[in-house]
Formats: sequence, C-alpha cells, structure tokens
Amino acid sequence: MSILVGEDTRLVVSGITGREGTFHAMNNKRYGTNVVAGVTPGKGGQDVEGVPVFNTFRDAVDETQANTAMIFVPPRFAADSILEAADAGIELVIAITEGIPAHDELRVYTQLKRDGRTRLIGPNCPGILSPGKANVGIIPAAFFKEGNVGVVSRSGTLTYQIGNELAQRGFGNSSIVGIGGDPVPGSSFIDVIELFEADPQTELIVMSGEIGGSAEEEAAEYIAANVSKPVVGYIAGVTAPPGKTMGHAGAIVSGSSGGAQAKIEALESRGVRVGRTPTQVAEIAVEVLGN
Amino acid sequence: MDLLEYQGKQLFKRHGVPVSPGAPATTVDEAVAAADEIGYPVVVKAQVLIGGRGKAGGIKLAADRDEAKTHAEAILGMDIRGHTVHELWIEKASDIASEYYASFVFDRAAKATLVMLSTQGGVDIEEVAESDPDAIARVHVDPLLGFQDFHARELAFKAGVDADVVRGVTTLLSRLYDAYAAEELMLAEVNPLIVTPDREVRALDAKVTLDDNALFRHPDNGALRNPGAEDEQEQMAKERGLTYVKLDGDIGILGNGAGLVMSTLDVVAQAGGRPANFLDAGGGSKAEAITQAVEVILSDPKVKAVLFNIFGGITRCDEVAQGLITAFEQIKPTVPFVVRLDGTNDKEGRQLLADANLPNVHTESTMDGAARKVVELAA
Repeated sequence: MSILVGEDTRLVVSGITGREGTFHAMNNKRYGTNVVAGVTPGKGGQDVEGVPVFNTFRDAVDETQANTAMIFVPPRFAADSILEAADAGIELVIAITEGIPAHDELRVYTQLKRDGRTRLIGPNCPGILSPGKANVGIIPAAFFKEGNVGVVSRSGTLTYQIGNELAQRGFGNSSIVGIGGDPVPGSSFIDVIELFEADPQTELIVMSGEIGGSAEEEAAEYIAANVSKPVVGYIAGVTAPPGKTMGHAGAIVSGSSGGAQAKIEALESRGVRVGRTPTQVAEIAVEVLGN
Repeated sequence: MDLLEYQGKQLFKRHGVPVSPGAPATTVDEAVAAADEIGYPVVVKAQVLIGGRGKAGGIKLAADRDEAKTHAEAILGMDIRGHTVHELWIEKASDIASEYYASFVFDRAAKATLVMLSTQGGVDIEEVAESDPDAIARVHVDPLLGFQDFHARELAFKAGVDADVVRGVTTLLSRLYDAYAAEELMLAEVNPLIVTPDREVRALDAKVTLDDNALFRHPDNGALRNPGAEDEQEQMAKERGLTYVKLDGDIGILGNGAGLVMSTLDVVAQAGGRPANFLDAGGGSKAEAITQAVEVILSDPKVKAVLFNIFGGITRCDEVAQGLITAFEQIKPTVPFVVRLDGTNDKEGRQLLADANLPNVHTESTMDGAARKVVELAA
C-alpha cells in the first residue's frame, strides 16, 4: 500500500503545456504514473506527447475520469486553478506552484474545507512519490525505492537529503509527501500522519518540520494521543534569526512563536525522537526498525 | 516586507483610516519645510523598523521652527538599537485623551484573520496579553465572509471602549480591514489608536507587514523602499533574484532548497562554525545563478570560507560545478571552498571539479563531513 497516490491515480496536470509543466508531467508519466489529461485554457484539443489537453477541468474529468490534479501554473493563476479542479470533483489536488499570495491560500483552504470533497497537498511543495507506483510532482524518484518508511515534510531538497540517508541504510518508502513551505498548507502534518498510521505498509513515520507556525507542536499532541507507530522528527532552522523569512514564505520566527527549539521540545516531551541532523534521523530509524 | 510607520500611514489613509497630517523628510531642510507647512507644534519621528523609538530619543515634540531643526538634526543619522535613521516623519502633534490598540493579523495557526481591540494601548501589547489577557477583545474572521460591522461592534463593546466613540472606533476598524484585505497585508497594527479630547479617533502609529508573494498585484507597495533595512548583500541578491539572508558569522553558505539550506546552517553551527548567510540558489539552479550567488556571498568581507551543500533533484550537480568553475574564472576567490555534491549527476559534477583543479576547493561526500571541513578551514 501507499498513501494518496498509487496505482489508482488518474492524473490531470494544470499547466501541462508550459515548459516546466511538460517536463515534469512527462517525467511522472515515464515513472509509470497514469497521466490521463492536461488542462490549459484555449489549448483544448491539442495533446502533449499523447496526453490530451482540455480547456477546463470539467471537460478533463468528464472525458478521462481524472481523480487527481497537479497544479503547475504560475502563482497568479494557481488559486483559481485549484478551485476549478475542486469544483470539477477532483478528490486530490497537489499544488507545486511556489509564490501564491497568502490571502489566496486562505480563501482556497477555507473553501475546500467547507466543501469537504477535496484534499489539497501543498502549495509550494515537491509533490508525492509512492515508490514503484506513482510519482506526482518533482521528487527525483531515482533515489527512492519501495519500503516501510513514510515521510512527510515541509521542504523539498531536505526531504531528498533525509530520504537518501535512509536509502543508504537500506530503507525504502511507502510514500513521501511534501506538504509545502507556505503559511497556509492545504494539508497538515496531522492529516498525513493519520494516513500513514492507517497504511499497513508504513512501519515508521519520519516528519521533517521547520521554523514558523505551530504545525509541529499540533502534530506532537496528535501523535501522543493517536499514533501507535514510531515517529522520528527533524526540525530545520535552529539557528535562524527571528523576523527573517528563510526562503519558504512560511519559515519565519515571529516574536516568541515558531522557533525550532520549542518544536523540538514539544515533540520530545511527547515521546517523539528528534534527530539533530538529517544523518541522525536515519540513525534513529535504524535503532527503531533494525537494519 | 515590513513598512516604515509613515509608509503604513499613507497606505491606511488611502483606505480612509484617519491619520494625522504629516510628511516624510530625509534632510533637516526638508523636515523644517514640512513642519512649517503642517503648522506647529509637530512631532519629529525617526523612521526605523524597531520598537522603543521614543525611549531612544527618536521621537520629539517641536513647538517651533528652531526646535524642529534641532530635533531633526539630532535624530537623522541616529542609531536606534542597530538601525540608522535615514528618514523622518513630521506629523501634526496630537492631544490625547485615551490610547487604544487595534490590529488585524493573518493568523496562520487558526487559518483565519484575527482581529484584536483593547483600551490598553500605547504599551507593548504582548505584555498586556500576558498580564491581563481579558483586556484584549478578539474575533476570528472567516476569510470568505470578511469583517462585518457586527464584528466591529462586538469588539468595541467587549473591549469596553468609551460609549461616545464606539461609532468612531468601529468605523476605523472597518476601514482598517479594507486596507488589510485590499492590500493583502499579513499585519495591520495601530498602537496607539488615540481618542482626542474632542472625541476624534485616529491611528497615531502604523505597523504594516506586506505579503511579498502578493506584490505582483500591488506594484506601488512593491516599489516602497527602506534604505536602512537592507544591507548591501541583501540588495545585490534581490537584484539577481536570489533568496539571501544576511547572518553575522564568517562561513558563506550556498545550498538548493530552503529546508536544506536551513539544515546546513544548523549543521555548520553544530560543528562549531558561524554561518555568514542563508542563500537558497533554488530548484533547478543553473550555472549562471551559481556564479552570481558566489559573487553575492564573497561581497561580504567577513566571509573566510564557503560551503556549497547541494542535493541534486531537479538541480543537476554538473550545472552547479560548472557555475563554480565560471565563478572562479571571473572572481578568482581567495577564500577556501568546500563543495558537497550529492544526487543528480553528482559524479559528473565532482569530475568537472577535479578536472578544473580549482585552487583551494575541497570536495566532500557527506553534509556532516563538509560542515566539519569548512569550520576547520574558517578557523
């Protein structure tokens, strides 16, 4: 098993005719992901290497029964595209786009929660990889194989770093989920950890957080109350100065809140072991699961 | 991006939030001319992004032209807790009967806008929140509904504002929300919000944080500048489209991806080093971006050694290596470099570096090993 994306995924890509969109959609397709459609307004009827392009999400869903959307359009169009996908009945939307205005994200988040049909992963995330089954997004799949470690992370390359450390020690992954580095992610650590807890393939959960907000503290409480599987944590940004945005729009220590040390303490006080470096995360995984 | 007080007030004014008449000034002559125009008494206020301006002597009342000149001379160029004063705001002096507090905050944890109102303004609101949390009335606003008049009334009555200014306060709150929503702010704070003896309500201060990601819809806000807040390297990086944050150490850092760069800073600190900067060269970094990044890092004279920490995903390690080779041809760095390349095309990248035989460039295969090496070289 895997979570969120797998053999049942029927992917429609918004922005498939753009340079980056084409590149990554085709990468995903070559990996074995069932890429059934693309959406670009005004380019309906064309195709991208055999994948049919539609003007609207509704057309794409009607014609291809797409159930998962990947958003690859520029920031100014992204909120609209996510809402359109949800309106067309797509159950899972994965938004790769970085730089969406925060107020847009808040409106989208609220609308999707209220509607209750669509789960959003991202924005500003690398996507989801279920090794051996499907890759939706920009995660370099070559470094990961199938296995029993579920990874959820706010960052892209740091996830590859941690995943690679795990791979070097022989671990594979059930799924790797990037929830993104923005202030209002569509899904939280808790949402994804809940899925890993229920996934029979996953035996260990790695969560990689960073400064800003309180999602890690909330996850710590949730894990203590609801999660039976071992969880290993990592928090980036211990040395980040307050008041500075560290690359990700959401990575900022504001006054007394959002600091890395408080997150580490919240996790450790609830029994979650936290690696101080990506290497240590893998070492703890070895201790917990054996080699 | 945080705005200076006067930039925030001008933004408020565009949306009908009442503020006192005033004008910015960057020289003593401009300050005096502005004061003459506004009419005495005026307040001469240092424009820096740091609290405690009053205590530091950065806010002075001037009864006449001589005093305005004296204060402007004293405050321009003054250092307030590490911030040099480059600009003044000359404002008509206000008589104050009461000081309130009001703010709209983008509350990411609650996934809603938090609105706060208190009659205990003019002091540090975090202290009020701690000592007397009931003194702050709070409402969370649904982003799809927006801030309604009933929200404003509820806040005013809960906070216990004087009955005769309820209308003035609720109107100000509605206008402040207009500014917050229309300009896509992360924070709009008024402290103090004053009530004058003739029962007028006005924003006497303005603290505004813009959403950098929304600036494409607000080009006027994007053009606002604060010469005191950006240092030379941050300015250079911005012009080159690089994500750079200046830190106070001596080890230059370049990586790809915000999370990995943050992690790199931490690992270097654990190895006993002090990073000079955060620099995310971004996903899919091309050789040219790497060359420019090296330029920015090395323009900081404190840098004694540089660490490249790359995990190639979309970014190809051979592109990074090529960028570094070009940077060496153009800039001829004199400080040692430690380069850790892992991931996509890492072997090709390491081979390129080996063939180029750059002076004082050390390759490492792990992040921890690279951090230890660069700390050793910077010592």
